[in-house]
Amino acid sequence: MSELSPAPTSPAGALTKAPSVSWLKKVEPALISSGAVCVAMLLFGVFLALDGLNPIDVYEEMFRGAFGTWFSFQNTLQRSAPLMLTALCTALPAQLGLVVIGGEGALVVGGVTAAVAGLGMQGSSPYVILTCMLVAGAVSGGLWIALVGALRAYRGVNETISSLLLAYIAIALMNHLVEGPLRDPLSLNKPATRHIGEANMLGPMPGLDVHWGLAYGVLACLVAYVLMKRTVFGFAAAMTGGNMRAALLSGLRVRRLMVLTCFLAGAAAGTAGMVEVAAVHGRANASLVAGYGYAGILVAFVARQNPLGVIPVALLLGGIGASGGLLQRNFNLPDASVNVLQGILFMVILASETLYGRLDVWSFARRAAAVKAAEAGVVA
Amino acid sequence: MSLGAWGVPVAVLAGAIRISTPFIFVSLGECITERSGRVNLGLEGTLVMGAMIGYGASYLSGSPWLGVLAAGLVGVVLGALHGFLCSRPRVNDVAVGIGLMLFGTGLAFFLGKPLIQPTAPRLPAIPFGFWSHTPQIEDALRVNALFILGVLLAPAVSFALRRTRWGLIVRTVGESAEAARAMGYDVNRVRTLATMAGGFLAGVGGSFLSLFYPGSWNEGLSSGQGLMAVALVIFARWNPVRCLYASLLFGGASALGPALQAVGVSKGYYLFNAAPYALTLLIMVLSSSATRTSADQPAELTVAR
Repeated sequence: MSELSPAPTSPAGALTKAPSVSWLKKVEPALISSGAVCVAMLLFGVFLALDGLNPIDVYEEMFRGAFGTWFSFQNTLQRSAPLMLTALCTALPAQLGLVVIGGEGALVVGGVTAAVAGLGMQGSSPYVILTCMLVAGAVSGGLWIALVGALRAYRGVNETISSLLLAYIAIALMNHLVEGPLRDPLSLNKPATRHIGEANMLGPMPGLDVHWGLAYGVLACLVAYVLMKRTVFGFAAAMTGGNMRAALLSGLRVRRLMVLTCFLAGAAAGTAGMVEVAAVHGRANASLVAGYGYAGILVAFVARQNPLGVIPVALLLGGIGASGGLLQRNFNLPDASVNVLQGILFMVILASETLYGRLDVWSFARRAAAVKAAEAGVVA
Repeated sequence: MSLGAWGVPVAVLAGAIRISTPFIFVSLGECITERSGRVNLGLEGTLVMGAMIGYGASYLSGSPWLGVLAAGLVGVVLGALHGFLCSRPRVNDVAVGIGLMLFGTGLAFFLGKPLIQPTAPRLPAIPFGFWSHTPQIEDALRVNALFILGVLLAPAVSFALRRTRWGLIVRTVGESAEAARAMGYDVNRVRTLATMAGGFLAGVGGSFLSLFYPGSWNEGLSSGQGLMAVALVIFARWNPVRCLYASLLFGGASALGPALQAVGVSKGYYLFNAAPYALTLLIMVLSSSATRTSADQPAELTVAR
């Protein structure tokens, strides 16, 4: 075969051959993202300085509170587990070009359903109970976001807005259930479902004081990465995200792809809800609405929607969250200061999108010159 | 004199007037922005920022109307930030909106911490219900001047978009950036200005929350009104007058749960809290189509493909 089809000698082929371009392309996301994180920290530092604090002291304290000791690092790991899962709720549909921001809703639905499953299976062995809870949480969360995907695919309803509306509906539904039909009569000032039982809780991983939810999170990110970057399914998703018309014309079943991807995304966030119930609270109540869904959107965008990138970014954001309490105690900062830092980080990351493809100044100039020369040739 | 079961429609009417006001302002603001071809999902953040700054300015200056103005101005600043970021190449307006939503609410909670305790002077109400001796009706018709302003603003914005030079420029940019560029208009500048105008209105809408109803500053003040207003603009098919009607409908839907509770129907109170969101979703499902885009939709807009 190779003799019959000679190697292409198009100018496009020649361009991609330049080694510096491909090398730069590989490190470009990491370079720009970490640069943006630094800029965001600088801006937040100015903000702190205006508040009369020494930013260096605050950052030192934050680092200590997040990664400084083994104890604080385990706290960070614990917090990053649900973030990984809710980040996938945004990152997976993003492969298809959909912006889903309703992870909080899927988390709540998953948490409540998992609690119901756990309570319904009382009497079985803990393994059976936890498996049922996991399946219930993942499937219900998956269906919740699959509805978003189906509305988009079959009715053209904007997925960003519908997913957020569904998040508010999910929270209202949970309030209704824990105030009424599912309410534990013993939960007086904070209505909740009954406890699933201490023996049935999701325990810590061996040798660590971190619950198994972290393993779920890391595993989900790895599976999502393989699915999206190494399989036909992922290729179809990337093709749809790149050009939906082309994907439709080449016969891909784009609508089914949307619903399926959204189901997987919601399943991840639903698992986060299950983890919160099974490993942290033991019951479903308003504590589920802790903002993990919204922080997950940020994680996904900072990781540039790459499932593998989600893991380190979730650790970073989990660390920021873990150090929030310390800032409150030691610097008398309001708990919302973490939200301000997250907001600044988000804005800077989005603004940094504009830098892609501009880092390699020399090749950029070279290519611009080439385009100019080509245009001159056409005119002549 | 008691109204009995009639209390429910009266309370819904009162809600339609009271709760709809922020919806009117935010949706009119978003309408202007979207007609220029850009979406600002961050109006939720602007709303909360406006509520906080408005309350603070009213507390410090003693004049609630200065508070309204300050809220509008902070909306302009946030709108300018959105416009500036989206004018860079390859920056997505939907994503920046989500960022602005988190940033605005975070900043408002941070700066607004000292404002939770003090009481600021509130906006006055006009008692249109003076003729009635029924407390509910009197209460329902105690209308805020901002509501009247919003009702008048809707046809004014509609007129401005249809009949003025500025409106024509905004619409041209929203329908075809190429055409606008060919005519010599700076597309990014027009869109940024339209986002700033939208931010002003959203900020004013926020000040209503903290200065009239519910009438104090706290972190649970907004329950997604800024976001629902964006969905509302799609429902209203980018027409300012229809935005007004849609806002009234939403205000009424939001008041349904509390109204039923007031007459003793407390079953499913939390479910009724979901009513405005479910209604928005239902309306979006009914008004969208998978195969064709609405003819009223600005062609440069990506959110409602």
